[in-house]
Amino acid sequence: MNNLLSCVLLASKEALSFETNQIKTLDRRLINGSIGATAMDIRLSLYDRSLLAGEHGPAAQLAMRIITRMAQVYGASELLDISGAHIDSTIYIGEAGLEFTERLADLGACVVVPTTLNVSGLDEHGWQDWAVPADWAEKARRQMQAYQCMGCTPTWTCAPYQTEWKPSFGQQIAWGESNAIVFANSVLGARTERYPDLLDICCAITGRVPAVGLHLTQNRAGQLLFRLLDIPPDIQQEDIFYPVLGHLVGKIAQDDIPVIDGLSVRPNEDQLKALGAAAASSGAVALFHIVGVTPEAPDLKTAIQGRQPQRTIDVDLPMLRDTRLELTSSDGDALHMVVLGSPHFSLAEFRQLAPLLAGKQVHPGVQFLVTSSRAMVLLAKQAGYLKAFEDFGGKVVVDTCILASPILPASVRRLMTNSAKYAYYAPGMLNTQVAFGSLEDCVRSAVAGRVIRETSRWDTY
Amino acid sequence: MGHVLIGKPVVAGEAQGLVVASREPLSFWGGYNYHNGEIIDRRHPLSGQRVGGCILALPSTRGSSTTTAVLLEAVKAGTAPAAILTTQIDTFFALASIVADEMYHSPIPLVALDEEDFCSLHSGMQAVVRTDGQVILLEPESASDNV
Repeated sequence: MNNLLSCVLLASKEALSFETNQIKTLDRRLINGSIGATAMDIRLSLYDRSLLAGEHGPAAQLAMRIITRMAQVYGASELLDISGAHIDSTIYIGEAGLEFTERLADLGACVVVPTTLNVSGLDEHGWQDWAVPADWAEKARRQMQAYQCMGCTPTWTCAPYQTEWKPSFGQQIAWGESNAIVFANSVLGARTERYPDLLDICCAITGRVPAVGLHLTQNRAGQLLFRLLDIPPDIQQEDIFYPVLGHLVGKIAQDDIPVIDGLSVRPNEDQLKALGAAAASSGAVALFHIVGVTPEAPDLKTAIQGRQPQRTIDVDLPMLRDTRLELTSSDGDALHMVVLGSPHFSLAEFRQLAPLLAGKQVHPGVQFLVTSSRAMVLLAKQAGYLKAFEDFGGKVVVDTCILASPILPASVRRLMTNSAKYAYYAPGMLNTQVAFGSLEDCVRSAVAGRVIRETSRWDTY
Repeated sequence: MGHVLIGKPVVAGEAQGLVVASREPLSFWGGYNYHNGEIIDRRHPLSGQRVGGCILALPSTRGSSTTTAVLLEAVKAGTAPAAILTTQIDTFFALASIVADEMYHSPIPLVALDEEDFCSLHSGMQAVVRTDGQVILLEPESASDNV
């Protein structure tokens, strides 16, 4: 937040007075409703002003008014263009969100940049198989419909970066959904602030965002240095290492930018996805660097832009061991459900899972659920990865997840997952206990009908 | 007349009510039940308290970007705090308040205080929030006389 405030640029006095008069004429509430006497004036382009004047229709006018008011809150001096957006407001929360979406759609809103949609509240074609009430489903469906009416692409996934809409290095975008934001910024080197629900769609309708925060190079320098000390390479190769490290880093970093140094293996895309999602759950991490791995961190000096880290944190195996334990909120071993896929399961993860399931059957007292996108499930099916999964007794939910849709029956009291994000949110949001384990642990436990966790390698060092 | 704190009006507005304060940030997604205004994050010190109509003092939001959507629901349902006081300019609270203004002409007054002033807030105080960002703290006794 300090970054946002420190990046105010000065515009010429002539421009300021002209722009301010324009805003006052166009909409008095813009000034009245905001910071008032201490307001920083924003230099608006001709296009911005034409949006505010309603020349692009009432929906774009409303969206621009919200963006301009927010730009004042952020302390921005101008707006900048984006060339892509990802909308998190798709999750059905209640009547007000639905009303906001339908109002925009009714006013003729249309996105002006390629725009993907995050998980919705509903598996559009499969919700009847779960505990979703019909009236709730109807409202969630209307919300999905309204976003499609605005020209958004119905990707319905929290992992849009694993689709053909993956942004490129340096691309200015407006993304919602914490795990998607951190992946886009960190792994791809695209540039987005942490856009809250409702603002994301306004950015997509106008193609403009306040020029602040992570959109600007000077605000992307690493701030906290995490040094990995003597972490054995075979531990670093395990999938579970990454969500555990992410959870620890997020908890310490909060909304600062962490730099991780000392990784001796090259993580794959799904491991980086798990790290980011964990760090964006336990903290508000929107950008991380890994020295020698992520694109803005070829070396430590570049990652911190030649500055000094605010703090250095040494991470050793005992710290990671404690963090791994912390992600389990359950002490019993009776198991009702295994759930994988937060962020949404990728094609590579389906490929990895298939051989683990071959020739096995899920325990009759356990449900084995994977949450993913319709695109990934279709690709997995075509690649032949779903045969073993279906024979095993697994179920797939697409378009949504267990946190965004009321799909879980009340009988599910204890979950097991390899996702740090599910492990973080499920106890509070779903009132379930959670056992956290590796993908292999999850499969073994699903077969046995009770929680089994293999930690010997972590314990022997 | 009580003690006066000079804050920055992030979204200007007037409010009066009982202060409910915590130094712990809160995610409204999974942390605030908009049906009744109860704080439901069981790890949060204010867990179980109903803060609709109160002057809610939190340093900032935490975590999920869906906080804004939940707070907007609370405005529509009539369960939102009467005003929110923070230590930093919290853009998530600000957005919810601005959208509530655009949709329902019902912004939530939002004031950013400096750290020291924020720490002088305690649950149980009565406070008046003014459009210029002043927060006037009244002793509980004198407040009850005024009500």
